[in-house]
Amino acid sequence: MNKQELTALVAELLQNMGQEPAVKASDYHPADPGPVQPENAYQDGDFVPDVTQLDLRKLYLTENPADGETFRKMKLKTPARLGSGRAGPRYKTLTMLRFRADHAAAQDAVFSQVPEDFAEKNGMPALQTMCRSKDEYLTRPDLGRVFDEENQNKLRAAVPAKPTVQIVVGDGLSSAAITANAMDCLLSLQDGLKARGISTGQPVFVRYCRVGAGDAVGDVTGCDVVCVLIGERPGLVTDKSMSAYITYQPHTGVSESARTVVSNIHAQGTPPAEAGAYAAELIEKILQRKVSGVGLHLEAGA
Amino acid sequence: MAEILRSVGLDVGTSTTQLIVSELTVENRASSFSVPDMEIAGRKIIYKSPVHFTPLIDKDHVDGAAIGKIVAKEYENAHIDRSSVDTGAIIITGETSRKENARAVLNALSDFAGDFVVATAGPDLESILAAKGADADGYSDRTGKTVLHMDIGGGTSNFSRIESGRITQTGCLNVGGRLVKLDDSGVITYVSPVLEGIFDKRVGERPPLSQLEALADTLAQALEMAAGLRPPTDLLRRLTTAESSGGAFAPAEVISFSGGVADCIETEHPPLAFGDLGPILGRAIRKSRLCAGQYRLGSETIRATVIGAGCHAAQLSGSTVFYRGISFPMKNLPAAAFSPSEQESPQLPQIIRQRRQAFDTLPILAFPGYQAAHYAQIVALAEKIAAAWDAGPLLLAIEADMAKALGHALSLRLGNNTPILCIDRVRLESGSYLDVGAPVGTALPVVIKTLILNTSKEGSSV
Repeated sequence: MNKQELTALVAELLQNMGQEPAVKASDYHPADPGPVQPENAYQDGDFVPDVTQLDLRKLYLTENPADGETFRKMKLKTPARLGSGRAGPRYKTLTMLRFRADHAAAQDAVFSQVPEDFAEKNGMPALQTMCRSKDEYLTRPDLGRVFDEENQNKLRAAVPAKPTVQIVVGDGLSSAAITANAMDCLLSLQDGLKARGISTGQPVFVRYCRVGAGDAVGDVTGCDVVCVLIGERPGLVTDKSMSAYITYQPHTGVSESARTVVSNIHAQGTPPAEAGAYAAELIEKILQRKVSGVGLHLEAGA
Repeated sequence: MAEILRSVGLDVGTSTTQLIVSELTVENRASSFSVPDMEIAGRKIIYKSPVHFTPLIDKDHVDGAAIGKIVAKEYENAHIDRSSVDTGAIIITGETSRKENARAVLNALSDFAGDFVVATAGPDLESILAAKGADADGYSDRTGKTVLHMDIGGGTSNFSRIESGRITQTGCLNVGGRLVKLDDSGVITYVSPVLEGIFDKRVGERPPLSQLEALADTLAQALEMAAGLRPPTDLLRRLTTAESSGGAFAPAEVISFSGGVADCIETEHPPLAFGDLGPILGRAIRKSRLCAGQYRLGSETIRATVIGAGCHAAQLSGSTVFYRGISFPMKNLPAAAFSPSEQESPQLPQIIRQRRQAFDTLPILAFPGYQAAHYAQIVALAEKIAAAWDAGPLLLAIEADMAKALGHALSLRLGNNTPILCIDRVRLESGSYLDVGAPVGTALPVVIKTLILNTSKEGSSV
């Protein structure tokens, strides 16, 4: 579904808000006609209110609550869809719209592309895995981990000398996450590594990127550590969550347990700049201990 | 993964001195796939001393040496070693000579230096610790109710107003159980000077019980005024302590009590059971408007302040912080706080320089920071702070979660040899002091002293 279709859907649903439900049983006698909706609330060309702008932690729709104040205070602690009220046995229109909007945003985040000029604008060479389209990316995870000869050469040209740390920015399953967070995290990570005296290669952007693409980058560059900033599979709470996957001595076939991950990087989770700074410290530790992933945890616990 | 912080609380009050030892369990709440999130997950009291009478040299001055002996003895009784204490707080209260007493106690406890992160605390912190020690904040958090907590001790009553578990206002009155002391036969042995003009009996007189009851009623009325349950008169002003911002609080849904006198509210004691006003004042409070509505006794009464000092004085900084070349603990760092508009100002370097001159010692610079900061914002702030840096260590406390990134940015600008401490999730106001302990997990234990919750006072010490 594209943006125009979505806008049209929201407008249509909001238009229908004032209408009486279809009477399904002969004994349906509404006791309360409910709030009166102004007629023709929206004219052609008007903007309809954006339901996604409402803060879920503050959106409390239960009517006549016994103790609404306390519920509101509890609700501030979670983005879960609580206290949504109901319309008969169903969701209220607003709840339904918001749910569909969030679901649509999650789907959009997967299917949309990181803008063509993103890499260039941020001074990164753009690579592409063996996937030729989004559909192929979604159906062939194996192709999202490897590069063809041309892209390998591009990488060699961009990173001629063996770097200690190679940073990869990949779209993954959420382009929105990368557009929103990657650069704040990347710049902070680079400065953090620099402050710790750790050299980094030229960061690269990879389209149709799986976490394992970092292993292929390791094969080509010979870096000691690869850090892949990648969009996470979106959920209904946020479509902008990013992760940093850090692997010591990455190479094709490296075990998944060798990866150290920092997840939940977004404005409402760990702020991207602070996450980048934390990743820099983690990488320093990984270089000192010469191990990442489960091995690092075991060592830290010992 | 849990780490234990051993904390000692010492409360040297007008009439009693107590010590507790507690263990704070610090845990990483986040999963191993996320950035750490350290928090104090448990507080366990492992030793409670008996309630000692505070040793005095004369009626106003604490006998520091005797306090030192009590502490040494209690360490022995608790089977703890000085070196095993990580943090703690000494709370010194009193009607007068607070500063002199603080110095005397500190000198006497110099052997214990390093054990205690906090040396002294003003009435604001005392109010907060008493409310926390009595679990009034926890009660408010669980029920969502607005609570006015009163810790009624020997010489003073400390107030905290709590909304949904958050302490929003504090205050202090010269109302306590030991403003008048009597011997077994009811002859007065001491009258506090704060009762001048309120109680006209002198030492050596033997007033009838009715006169003591009348005094207790007057004191209870002052408490009612402070609680917003009676129109304030000159009485409230006269009994408000000099350091307190004073004034009446807005009425709360629930009144909560702690302190020695709280034990006399629901339990009937003979009037002279403790040789003071306590039982009489407790009865007066029970009959007053304070107990006409919903009220509760704290989970701790006479020990509320010391438990607050031992268990609640230490907090944790954010879990991603930056420090280099710093030796812990750092004590009594005065805070220089900057507003959001100062943070944005192109003149920030000059403002920092100017503000820093007001301090004899190196202040910790406190900034609001930016929620979910863009790295460009962090760099811009780092540039300005670096421009104001002359020499010596750079100490920073940021409210928003961005300390590690800011620390890196500053480190790049000031070079690797500049000692830097940059912590976050700590809100400091000008006039407060900060103690920072050695790291636990990835966070640093901090104690903020003389919290000024009343904005009227802010800026006075800048």
